[in-house]
Amino acid sequence: MLYRENGQFKTSYRSDQQIFPIAQDRYLVLALIAFAFIGVPLLAPEYLFRAILIPFLILSLAALGLNLLVGYCGQISLGTGGFMAVGAYAAYNLFVRIDGMPAVAAIVLGGVFATVVGVLFGIPSLRIKGLYLAVATLAAQFFCDWAFLRIKWLTGNSASGSVSVADLSLLGWKIDSPADKYLFCLGFVVLFALVAKNLVRSHIGREWMAIRDMDVAAAVIGIRPVYAKLTAFAVSSFFVGVAGALWGFVHLGSWEPAAFNIDRSFQLLFMIIIGGLGSIMGSFFGAAFIVVLPIFLDNLPYLFGIPIDTALAAHMTFMIFGTLIVFFLVVEPHGLARLWSIGKEKLRLWPFPH
Amino acid sequence: MKLKSLALAAALAAAGTCAMLGTAPAFAQQKEQFFPVLVYRTGAYAPNGVPFANGYVDYLKYVNAKGGINGVKIVYEECETAYATDKGVECYERLKGKYGGATVFQPLSTGITFALTEKAPGDKIPLITSGYGRADSADGMVFKWNFPLLGTYWTAADILVQHIGKKEGGLDKLKGKKIALVYHDSPYGKEPIPMLQELSKLYGYDLQLLPVTHPGVEQKATWLQVRQTRPDYVFLWGWGVMNSAALKEAVATGYPRDKMYGVWWSGAEPDVKDVGMAAKGYHALAMQHGPEPNSKIVKDILQVVHGKGQGTGPKEEVGQVLYMRGLIAAMMGVEGVKRAQERFGKGKVMTGEEVRWGLENLALDQKKLDALGFAGVMRPVSTSCADHMGAGYARIETWDGAKWEVGNEWYEADQSVIKPLVKTSADKYAAEKKQARRTPEDCQS
Repeated sequence: MLYRENGQFKTSYRSDQQIFPIAQDRYLVLALIAFAFIGVPLLAPEYLFRAILIPFLILSLAALGLNLLVGYCGQISLGTGGFMAVGAYAAYNLFVRIDGMPAVAAIVLGGVFATVVGVLFGIPSLRIKGLYLAVATLAAQFFCDWAFLRIKWLTGNSASGSVSVADLSLLGWKIDSPADKYLFCLGFVVLFALVAKNLVRSHIGREWMAIRDMDVAAAVIGIRPVYAKLTAFAVSSFFVGVAGALWGFVHLGSWEPAAFNIDRSFQLLFMIIIGGLGSIMGSFFGAAFIVVLPIFLDNLPYLFGIPIDTALAAHMTFMIFGTLIVFFLVVEPHGLARLWSIGKEKLRLWPFPH
Repeated sequence: MKLKSLALAAALAAAGTCAMLGTAPAFAQQKEQFFPVLVYRTGAYAPNGVPFANGYVDYLKYVNAKGGINGVKIVYEECETAYATDKGVECYERLKGKYGGATVFQPLSTGITFALTEKAPGDKIPLITSGYGRADSADGMVFKWNFPLLGTYWTAADILVQHIGKKEGGLDKLKGKKIALVYHDSPYGKEPIPMLQELSKLYGYDLQLLPVTHPGVEQKATWLQVRQTRPDYVFLWGWGVMNSAALKEAVATGYPRDKMYGVWWSGAEPDVKDVGMAAKGYHALAMQHGPEPNSKIVKDILQVVHGKGQGTGPKEEVGQVLYMRGLIAAMMGVEGVKRAQERFGKGKVMTGEEVRWGLENLALDQKKLDALGFAGVMRPVSTSCADHMGAGYARIETWDGAKWEVGNEWYEADQSVIKPLVKTSADKYAAEKKQARRTPEDCQS
């Protein structure tokens, strides 16, 4: 009823090819973004910002980056945690060692460093494919872990290898309160999501998808695999590096290499698999599923006022969470994003399905 | 159909989330002192995390059974961190505002301590990191909200070196000796390195650093190195399964156990239990106390808490090393509240800020300790604005195959070496944060 596109005529290519061709979608997303920018900072309590929204936004950004590489270009990578670490530590070094370095510039440059490292470790992808590439990108993860644990200069010669930053600001706006930090991250995420969406609709994105679907055929029709694969690695690592810098600067404030260990790489890979490979929306669904659901399950006993042993609660969380992952993958192997689009298709016909 | 039920489930979940967020801040302000309890009862570090948590919670129950803190009842809530920094931060955020505000946080993880050190000043909640955390936070003039009561890794490192110096017949005899540090490759294990390096410059021993990656089950390569270089002593800075794994590897490589010295986190029952007789002769630091099954406080707890079926863990573990450490940690938190009440009003609920003052002016003399039932368990502690550690004593304990035997000799860390290092490190931190040292006036508040 509400979700009908009757009367919405596309009279130009431009209007036919816009991101959200259906008007209701467009307004809904715009309203959602407006609510995220205006409503949430006014309404949400501090806990929601610090423990849920900020980690969710930053990991969505990282998942988005990984999705460009794995979902769109078909290059499986397990080095995501390592690239996040490169972003975070590069940003830290730039921020601390260069006087007067603005935080945003440090974060973006952190992404640039991650790009360089990402392209470097992406070179094997020209020869190695599929699962073998996943193993090869593990090298990136281990190398970064090693570098940040062992090379003292990279961690500011701190005794424990733990580094910290303070006093973030953007053009005189002091990013201090949880709401400020949330808005700061939200700004990055919205901007990068827009860039990503447009990239995958452009010729670069189409090259990536061609490589993903069949690289020999893509090469035959004139797509250079070197260029396509390495751009995918570059763009993906940039996104991931920026997310890493945000994770360190905004979310943790003080971190050690363990914050970006192999578990993080797996977590991000699971996010995009559950959320939906090759879908921008899926990155967000996946991040929400992996970040928010365990916290929600953890809180469940207290919510109902049932005093339950902490260890038992932790085990229950793992069990229910695992069951839900299996359930969703059985119901829809293409991820939550696919469920979402099926839902939309059905709504377009509702209440008169044929 | 399938989609419809899915959508329904999603809607229900969303409604649940909203309900949760709606009720979370709505706790009534009661006359109760809230102690958040960050624990890890699951994961690779659970064998050591569980007894500590049990001791901590048992003491809170004990205080309540005795009528609370001058009449103020304690309310507590546990949160599982699994020793992971990000989960620890989430727990901190979840608990800090409940029941009118948290009194004090004790994360029992150096990594989490680092993260919370950035957050605590903003929320005005003190952190007690008794025997762990940042070594430089002993400097209260920079770290206003951190309290590494009873000891830091730098005092531990210094005491270990003092002890082996004594054994060799003088610190000057350490020249040319080889000491290997087998450490957990995390902020926890790395913290003593600068101190050991400083001391090696002073006494001329060779320091070999052997990192072990989390969780420390795989140590073959590390012990191969030990086998090759044959150090005169091995210092073990492990936690959780890493400790027993290290001892097993030492047995396998034939490294003499009596040349191995553990820090106070590597000297509890779970660490040696599995190795049993093979670990005989292994030494560890006893941070003030060892296992204290015969102390008055343990008997009281067995009677008042466990006797009524209110005990948190198994009865047999009451009085073990880590249980005692949890007990003492809780006791110092409670005493901080008591001290604050002396100034801000007896029988009132103290805010985090007021408890911070209490912890900074903690004066636990022998008489008070005796009254609390901690006679013989620990030595007096008194803190000040400049000194947030209070006391830096330890003894050496030795595993005899069935139980820990605590030596009689007390060691005190050599402050002439530690102080300058603490100050340099704290100043560096302050400079990074663009934060000034506290003024004497600030100490009055």
